[in-house]
Amino acid sequence: MTLNYLTYLLAAFVASFAFGVMYNVPTRTLFASSISGALGWLVYYIIAFQFGFVVFIGAGAASFLVAFFSQWFARYYRMPVIVFAVPAIIPLVPGGSAYNMMRAFIEGHTELALMYGTETFLVSGAIALGLSINSGLFQIFSNRTFGKRDKRYLP
Amino acid sequence: MQQYPVSDILDVCVEAGRVMLENGAETYRVEDTLYRIAKSYHLKNINVFVVPTALIITVEGEDGQDHTELLRMNDRITNLEKVSMVNDLSRQLSKKALPPKRVTEKLNNIKNTPTNFTRLQRNSAMAVACGGFTLLFGGSYLEILPAFIAGGLGHYLFEVVNNYTNVSFFAEMVASFFIGLLAVLFTTLGFGQDLNVIIIGSVMSLVPGMAITNSFRDLMAGHLLAGVAVLAKAFLTAGAIGIGVAIVIAFL
Repeated sequence: MTLNYLTYLLAAFVASFAFGVMYNVPTRTLFASSISGALGWLVYYIIAFQFGFVVFIGAGAASFLVAFFSQWFARYYRMPVIVFAVPAIIPLVPGGSAYNMMRAFIEGHTELALMYGTETFLVSGAIALGLSINSGLFQIFSNRTFGKRDKRYLP
Repeated sequence: MQQYPVSDILDVCVEAGRVMLENGAETYRVEDTLYRIAKSYHLKNINVFVVPTALIITVEGEDGQDHTELLRMNDRITNLEKVSMVNDLSRQLSKKALPPKRVTEKLNNIKNTPTNFTRLQRNSAMAVACGGFTLLFGGSYLEILPAFIAGGLGHYLFEVVNNYTNVSFFAEMVASFFIGLLAVLFTTLGFGQDLNVIIIGSVMSLVPGMAITNSFRDLMAGHLLAGVAVLAKAFLTAGAIGIGVAIVIAFL
């Protein structure tokens, strides 16, 4: 493996950017979401593959970082968080293992399929956990709205 | 303070919910927005229930009577710009309530906003993304171009078949079959080496990774029905892709 970090960063940036185009993100926020997507993937790669921690921790930390950036950008551009979070999460999303799982099931390798299935669930659970923890923290600590709302449907 | 008929307000709410659901907002965001819109007109006892395919809203008017509206949804695409526009509108409304007619006009404007990118641009973006994903899944530079071609053509085929048949399971199966065929063809021609990486990279435009993550978010937020529904859809999609590719691998 001779590819360096810069190439990975570029690939993740391109993937987030392209999915942003696909999901019709407002044009002036395309770069913001792509940059947070690229940084999130770099963190995931470093934690999960360079330091050798479990994939769960890497994905959770990366999605927490992505959610943090998205909250910040959302306040800066005055747009909902989803506009930034959805394209930026795309490189992390366990599409590869979901596909591998189904293919292994169909080809009859049940144990391999269960392994891929566990990975899929763990990674998507970690991503969701990172996003939820972040939005919870932001709602607790943003004093502008604290205690003012009577009832709210929390994410 | 001026009062408007409750049925007009409910129409506005349902229309806003339709625009948001059609364009891929999460269920809790739709519930929150509708609650805020209804609240801005000083209605009482507001209850909103949203699942990915339907929406129910019940409010109590000034005279103490309950009013309910139900909306059934079919198609869903992802258009985040419209979601953010409706969100803006609900924020404006919570500051100052506008007459329902003006709000309906604004919602119509939002609905008729053209997309930022043409279909060709979107398809080529997906092709570029497929090329990038091969690197992320551990491929080398040799696999970028095959995945670019296979992924772009596969996604185009998916859109065409989906427009004709309206059965996304079938469309995904056909598209992934085509992608597998192209990938096998490329590797036998010596154009790209790792078959598995090429297939994973090009299939990423169809794979429901986003749906799986969203369903987990819904489940964590306590929207069990929506979460399970989206998860089932994601598994169907993954199954369709697996079947499509497995047919190619099994026979070649």
